[in-house]
Amino acid sequence: MLAMNYRGPRRVRASQKPYPKIEHPGDAIIKVTRSCICGSDLHLYHGMVPDTRVGTTFGHEFIGIVEETGASVQRLKVGDQVLVPFNIACGNCVFCKQELFGNCHESNPEATAVGGIFGYSHTAGGYDGGQAEYVRVPYADIGPVVIPEDLDHDDAVLLTDVVPTGYQAAEMGGIRKGDTVVVFGAGPVGIMAAKCAWLFGAGRVIVIDHLEYRLDFVRKYAQCEAYNFRSLSDPVLFLKRITGWLGADVCIDAVGADAAGNAVHTITGKKMMLQAGAATALHWAINSVKKGGTVSIVGVYGPTGNLIPIGNVVNKGITIRANQASVKRLLPRLIAHIRNGYLDPKAIITHRIPLAEVADAYHLFSAKLDNCIKPILIPH
Amino acid sequence: MTNENDKYSHIKGWGVDADPDNAPAYPIKKEHADRHDSVWQRPPLQVSGTEILHSNERPYMTAVFGTTLPPSGLSGRLRRMAFRYSESKMQHWLSLLLADRINVIEGLIDDVRQRHIPNILAEKGWKAKWKYDRAGTIVNIAGTIGIAILALTWMAGKRRKRKE
Repeated sequence: MLAMNYRGPRRVRASQKPYPKIEHPGDAIIKVTRSCICGSDLHLYHGMVPDTRVGTTFGHEFIGIVEETGASVQRLKVGDQVLVPFNIACGNCVFCKQELFGNCHESNPEATAVGGIFGYSHTAGGYDGGQAEYVRVPYADIGPVVIPEDLDHDDAVLLTDVVPTGYQAAEMGGIRKGDTVVVFGAGPVGIMAAKCAWLFGAGRVIVIDHLEYRLDFVRKYAQCEAYNFRSLSDPVLFLKRITGWLGADVCIDAVGADAAGNAVHTITGKKMMLQAGAATALHWAINSVKKGGTVSIVGVYGPTGNLIPIGNVVNKGITIRANQASVKRLLPRLIAHIRNGYLDPKAIITHRIPLAEVADAYHLFSAKLDNCIKPILIPH
Repeated sequence: MTNENDKYSHIKGWGVDADPDNAPAYPIKKEHADRHDSVWQRPPLQVSGTEILHSNERPYMTAVFGTTLPPSGLSGRLRRMAFRYSESKMQHWLSLLLADRINVIEGLIDDVRQRHIPNILAEKGWKAKWKYDRAGTIVNIAGTIGIAILALTWMAGKRRKRKE
């Protein structure tokens, strides 16, 4: 079968790989019909995630058709069209029982800090991902959800990660009516976080990024203010000034390890790998939030450590809330929001690219060419 | 309240999830009576003959795991060494990052062994770069050629001096 194949930092290709096998009675094999490239895939693509082995197939945002099921699978049948949350979750461990499906303790032997994730290095379990014609899906009775007939498949594929992550970013902010919310990053997750902040009653939503085309998009899509930090000498000072000199009630880091905007973070985090990526957005979030405010983190960072102003977290009494999105838990609410017209995920899709051209797709997304916001790979 | 709703009437769905008691994942965890349990009914265990490295912060393998790309070669040795250290130790992560870089060279050697000459420019997505960023591509190519010419000129000068 055709699959994306990682060859090293900024080098991928589409090549033939063996068809996946049922390896556990709870597995299913899914024939992939759509698969996105996620912003967090770029951390892998840039060689920033430890234990990313050459030959890995990325892809944790995908939908498809059930092709085969293991002996114990009861809820899915061959031919079902399913969306597959990016978290691999057993549904029964102490964390899954608390619906922390992103923190399952029975899906990733290689690390305890993170649960299993499709196609996200051996640090997240060593599973091949969905940027392929077929993919093995463990715990098929727990994660995958049959796509409702009235749900557009472009919306469905974005419900596997982007929409839940953006929604949970806003939710973790504990937004109260009238709050000012600042979202760092106008990538797909940041755009969705800005859109969802309104659902929680935000009074003002501000997005910070450095790509004009994305700022233009988020201004219209999320009906918010948007500013280019390249045109600001000091983004934190700017945010203080426009929020009555006290700061925002809630700041959301929707960027993670690949942030731009601070030379020290870029050199030590991205070039020299002395910290787990560039924590520029998180640094700004901590310094821009109001005393007693909340910083919500959904940006992905590596497992080592980052230079952030932790002293300010203490001195300002900031609450930090963070997690991988618990996709399964959020799905019913998000499907309802799409049906009600509150969310329109598919509008962020800008490119549809055949899987065979995966190398060009990654470069296009990574280099932000052709006003790319969200590329989808089509395997069949 | 009506005023507030009027103010944001242009935003579809404004405030529909404002009640924290009605939020699907707030606070993050759902209360569960078993939250202090460290033992649970485990799913059937996956059986595999593949070498899987596991964190020393857990006493046993997880019930399922990926079986792709078992550790091999020099990078595999480094990965095995890395897993002697906990996730809290830099030795663990730096060894894995070093193994990743060595693995890239091993990947190139494997390609050649399998009589596949990798098209590195294609793998780096130069087709897209040429299509959407032609000026940048030309600058990159010119820069690379310039550096190569400078290096060759310098080496030729050194050789000439040695002969004299």
